[in-house]
Amino acid sequence: MLNIVKRRYLYFGISLLVILPGLIALAVWGLPLAIDFTGGSLLEVQFTGTTPSTAEIEALYTSQGFGEPRIQTSNDNIAIIRSEFLDNDARAQLLDAMKERFGDITVLRFDSVGPTVGKEVTTRASGAIALAALAIMSYITWAFRGVPHAFRYGASAIIAMLHDVAVVVGMAAIFGKVFGWQVDSLFLTALLTVIGFSVHDSIVVFDRIRENSTIYRRLPYETLVNHSIVQTLDRSINTQLTVMFTLLALTLFGGDTIRHFVVTLLIGVFSGTYSSIFNAAPILVVWENKEWRTWFKRGTAQAAA
Amino acid sequence: MKQRYYQLFVLILVLVAGAAVVTFTEGKPLLGREIRTHLGLDLEGGVQALLEADLPPDTPVSAEAMKTARAIVENRANGALGVGEATVQLAGDRRILVELPGEQDPEEALATLKNTAQLEFVDFSDLTQQQAIALVGQKIKTTNSTPITAGTPVTATQAITPTARIWPTVLTGADLKDAGVATSQLGEFYVSLEFTSDGAKKFGEYTQSHVGKVLAIVLDSTVLSVPTIQQAIMDGHAQITGNFTQEAANQLAIQLRYGALPIPLKVVETRTVGPTLGADSLHKSLIAGAIGLAIVMLFMALYYRVPGILADLALITYALLTFALFKLIPVTLTLPGIAGFVLSIGMAVDANVLIFERLKEELREGKSLHRSIDLGWSRAWPSIRDSNISTLITSAILFWFGSAFGASIVKGFAVTLAIGVLVSMFTAITATRTYLHIVLDNVKGSEKPEWFGI
Repeated sequence: MLNIVKRRYLYFGISLLVILPGLIALAVWGLPLAIDFTGGSLLEVQFTGTTPSTAEIEALYTSQGFGEPRIQTSNDNIAIIRSEFLDNDARAQLLDAMKERFGDITVLRFDSVGPTVGKEVTTRASGAIALAALAIMSYITWAFRGVPHAFRYGASAIIAMLHDVAVVVGMAAIFGKVFGWQVDSLFLTALLTVIGFSVHDSIVVFDRIRENSTIYRRLPYETLVNHSIVQTLDRSINTQLTVMFTLLALTLFGGDTIRHFVVTLLIGVFSGTYSSIFNAAPILVVWENKEWRTWFKRGTAQAAA
Repeated sequence: MKQRYYQLFVLILVLVAGAAVVTFTEGKPLLGREIRTHLGLDLEGGVQALLEADLPPDTPVSAEAMKTARAIVENRANGALGVGEATVQLAGDRRILVELPGEQDPEEALATLKNTAQLEFVDFSDLTQQQAIALVGQKIKTTNSTPITAGTPVTATQAITPTARIWPTVLTGADLKDAGVATSQLGEFYVSLEFTSDGAKKFGEYTQSHVGKVLAIVLDSTVLSVPTIQQAIMDGHAQITGNFTQEAANQLAIQLRYGALPIPLKVVETRTVGPTLGADSLHKSLIAGAIGLAIVMLFMALYYRVPGILADLALITYALLTFALFKLIPVTLTLPGIAGFVLSIGMAVDANVLIFERLKEELREGKSLHRSIDLGWSRAWPSIRDSNISTLITSAILFWFGSAFGASIVKGFAVTLAIGVLVSMFTAITATRTYLHIVLDNVKGSEKPEWFGI
């Protein structure tokens, strides 16, 4: 039979390899926070005539007294302009000036978020994630109260969940630098969904361990866990595939507005399945054997296995 | 036992038929209410604004005042703006979320909403008619609009110029019950006012003791007219005259009727989505959803054969029921909402995958088909229950987060995901099982193991 638990340190290593670059990117570049969190305004505008150059748009903003706009243009006559928070009058003034200078324009999107709102969203968002983690951990501990060390199941699910959060946030930091993606409230929604999905997956594996532990009482814990992972492997892969299909369809045909959101989900869901199979359940074994006592004693003997 | 499945089957058929009627009824009344798809601003285009009490952050804002402010803003949005479908909700302790679908001119719409139209009747009794007329059109300060700091003697300012003086307010817009437009015998338009019983009493007492004096009508700190009190007005009715056109009179009446806000509001966030972007997003996400659903159904049919096809039927049942619920509750569909719905399809399928994998395991162990079906369902249940509950926990927290900020996109996602999970528990578990038993009973040869992907 496939032995996943035996090679657990290899899989932990793979996780680290994926997470570390993201965390380094996060430390070096930080998260590219969108106006939802920082406050500011975003104008997405389509020009009817010739698209003005970024320099022209910048000059217009400056002449109206709105400093330092950041401008992205795309080939279908669309410009995305980010700048400071603009109140109602300022927006009207800006749009009038634009129409006068560049001819007829179509406003596709105009968002403006006050700085205090942004700050508050950031605080509450972290709160929401922490609360979700706590609530889920409590629920799992309660649902597994019949097995010994029920708390470990909750904690392992949360560690696997943090793994997925790290993957997704790290990705956001890298993509932010490379592709100019921004972390907005949609990203937050994606992140919370990934959390839900990740735990969902871990529970399916844990549930099998719970069931098997009452059937095969004599089996060593390590074998029991591996057995349970392998038994649920078909399900994990098939569910993973169906979710991937729908998300891929959304990525390819769903349009620009939600593309970043869906790609984030895609990466997160993949990571969620990986972590539930290769991290969450093996962590239970590490915990059961209290393997950390040997981690620093005889070097990497275990890791090479 | 058998009979139970037929009963369930009939129940499911009735539900599906009902759901189909709801799903394909668009914009028509059904059982006394209008059934239609509610599209969010990101799909339809429109304006969303977050208004915040414009007071220092440490000043407490009473829930009562916020409720009143919400009602007034809603009146203005639906009445004065004529949007008709505006939603105005409280978001947290000191914010109000306004959504104006289809609104094309956000700047003007917000200006109308925010405009406070603060009406005051101000005591000009120590002025002559002449002096008072000189003040028409000027901005003045009143005891109502100027907070009096402790220790500032109000009377001491009387000697200064009229515009620097703080005038005593007699009544405010809060004492007003209704305002309308009427024409005098000469064909002039005027605004008729009706006071609340409290206001009428105050107005009556004041006019009684000030006959022959000037009473100024002040709107947003600007002196509008300076009538002289001819006699005591006890019935709570008054008029504002002053060379109005019909339109001007109408506008003033609307401003007065939708009244003064109990607390000043400022716009802290606005989001505008143009109609073209919205329509484009809707179209694309629907296509994407359909393609995703088709691929999933194909996969299930190929991999799990007969049960897979039945799961596909359950999936169609699921889609119909969910969509009907969206229309009935109603749930406003947003882009992330559609994404949440698509994701919940994945989770609905997951329940079936869990069951079928268990079913195959039991079959491989040589158990009979009916026994395997029962075991497959009962053994997969704890996983389905626990994993779905954890998803519901996440949805609840997302919903809370979304409500606190007026982030309606996050809220929409949470609601669709939660409904999806709940409905899928029914369709993936009960509906699929019923279909399977019915087919096994009625279709010859359907019980062969190869039809179960073994």
